[in-house]
Amino acid sequence: MSHSARCGPSQRKGEHVSDEVVAEMVANVWKVVVAMGDRVDDGDTLVILESMKMEIPVVTESAGTVAELRVVEGDVVQEGDVIAVIE
Amino acid sequence: MFTSVLVANRGEIARRVIRTARRMGLRTVAVYSSADAELPYVREADEAVPIGPAAPAASYLDMDAVLAAARRTGAQAVHPGYGFLAESATFARRVLGAGMTWVGPPPAAIESMGEKVNARNLMAEAGVPVAGGTRQPVTEVAAALDAARALGYPLMVKAVAGGGGIGMSVVHDEGGMRSAFGTARTRAERFFGNPGILLERYLEHARHVEVQIVGLPDGRVLALGERDCSVQRRHQKVAEETPSTGVTPELRQRMVAAAVRAGQAVGYRNLGTVECLVDPVAQDFVFLEMNTRLQVEHPITELVTGIDLVEQQLLLAGGQPVTIEAAAGASGVPAGGHALELRVYAEDPRRFLPSPGTIRAWEEPRGEGVRVDAGYEAGSVVTQYYDPLLAKLCTWGADRSEALARARHAVAAFVIEGPRTNLPFHAELLAHPDFVSGTYDTGLVARMRATP
Repeated sequence: MSHSARCGPSQRKGEHVSDEVVAEMVANVWKVVVAMGDRVDDGDTLVILESMKMEIPVVTESAGTVAELRVVEGDVVQEGDVIAVIE
Repeated sequence: MFTSVLVANRGEIARRVIRTARRMGLRTVAVYSSADAELPYVREADEAVPIGPAAPAASYLDMDAVLAAARRTGAQAVHPGYGFLAESATFARRVLGAGMTWVGPPPAAIESMGEKVNARNLMAEAGVPVAGGTRQPVTEVAAALDAARALGYPLMVKAVAGGGGIGMSVVHDEGGMRSAFGTARTRAERFFGNPGILLERYLEHARHVEVQIVGLPDGRVLALGERDCSVQRRHQKVAEETPSTGVTPELRQRMVAAAVRAGQAVGYRNLGTVECLVDPVAQDFVFLEMNTRLQVEHPITELVTGIDLVEQQLLLAGGQPVTIEAAAGASGVPAGGHALELRVYAEDPRRFLPSPGTIRAWEEPRGEGVRVDAGYEAGSVVTQYYDPLLAKLCTWGADRSEALARARHAVAAFVIEGPRTNLPFHAELLAHPDFVSGTYDTGLVARMRATP
């Protein structure tokens, strides 16, 4: 059983391929694991959410660079909110 | 006997305690966080006191806030429900110190059972079988690896102060131990404020069976049968039944005797539960832990015994004459039969990921042998701050197949719109050959999800 939330569909932005990683449910942001500019690989954990007493690692499905990080620890995210953008 | 009680909890269990307390003529006081102001239990109590913001640490876990609410409303007793402060010896002492009645066991019993390594050592001394494991809390990975070499794999890694399956994992080798230990220690510190870890021999294909005990004022400890809690996801219970299909009458007798010894060894009073792991093939068992409070799944024991366990807790705490034996015969509910509890969670039924949200529609099933203990209703908001339990759907039948048939109808009839729920999982469970035959173990849910 996998408990991690996967990222949303990829989008094209100009010539670059960028992936938006979105929240799958209402949750509190417990830990931000990566920083802007970090290199990440498929399967890496970006942030750890917490919802209903469960920790939910949010992982990227694409390799690249963390181009945007839209949450800080303690934030509340809604379902569908963009957490990070990987380019 | 006290005439008022504050319920230091929320949701379904607060509502359930309030229901019995009101029937007994007690004045009831609810406490609530800002996230829970609209929930049914707040309205159903005689008085309700806001105790802080949504985050549990600032409300339901805030002892000062809860005690201030009790003093302000003149509550004479405190019922902690389960979770939150229910197994805090410090809180129990503070309630008693404030001159109120604590509806639970003596603080010393909570304390001696609250730390898992200590509890195991105590039980071993009392002649209760325990699995091989560390006799002291482990805090360093090097010590964990040493201990593991002596004990042998597979091992369960768990927080000594833990509960609710949080931070627990099974490791099969040294590599697994290296990666699991750090995570377990971090979580133990974060969730339970104690980094100590217990390593315990892990029994594969085991069943999780617990015995309900009651400690009486004269020191006698009674047992009220067992509950099988082997249907689990992430080491958390999803469905329970009684009697267990995995224990013979002979094993039941040995487990009950051990549970009674366990209770006597710590001078137990009021309601408690002794959890065991059962090897169904060898028909043997080991002590797992003792929960010094009312258990989530207490309704199935009530259904087969006809005893209102919350009423017994309140009577025992109030120093009233014991009515357990009398209650079993006088309630009008026939003793015996079979009962099942399905925990209805706000989570998707495939991956079991949380699904908070607003409940747009809510229709509970009704009918003979059907009981629903719910914390929510249409219009309620299920937030991310608390556990995902929406309701406990319980059924009773003259035998197991009747209880299961009623459960199938009730699951199909339960309407919840808004958050995703695990009702489809329960429908699947009730049709699964291993569950239907009663031959399942704690690996059942993982096996159900491993097959596409």
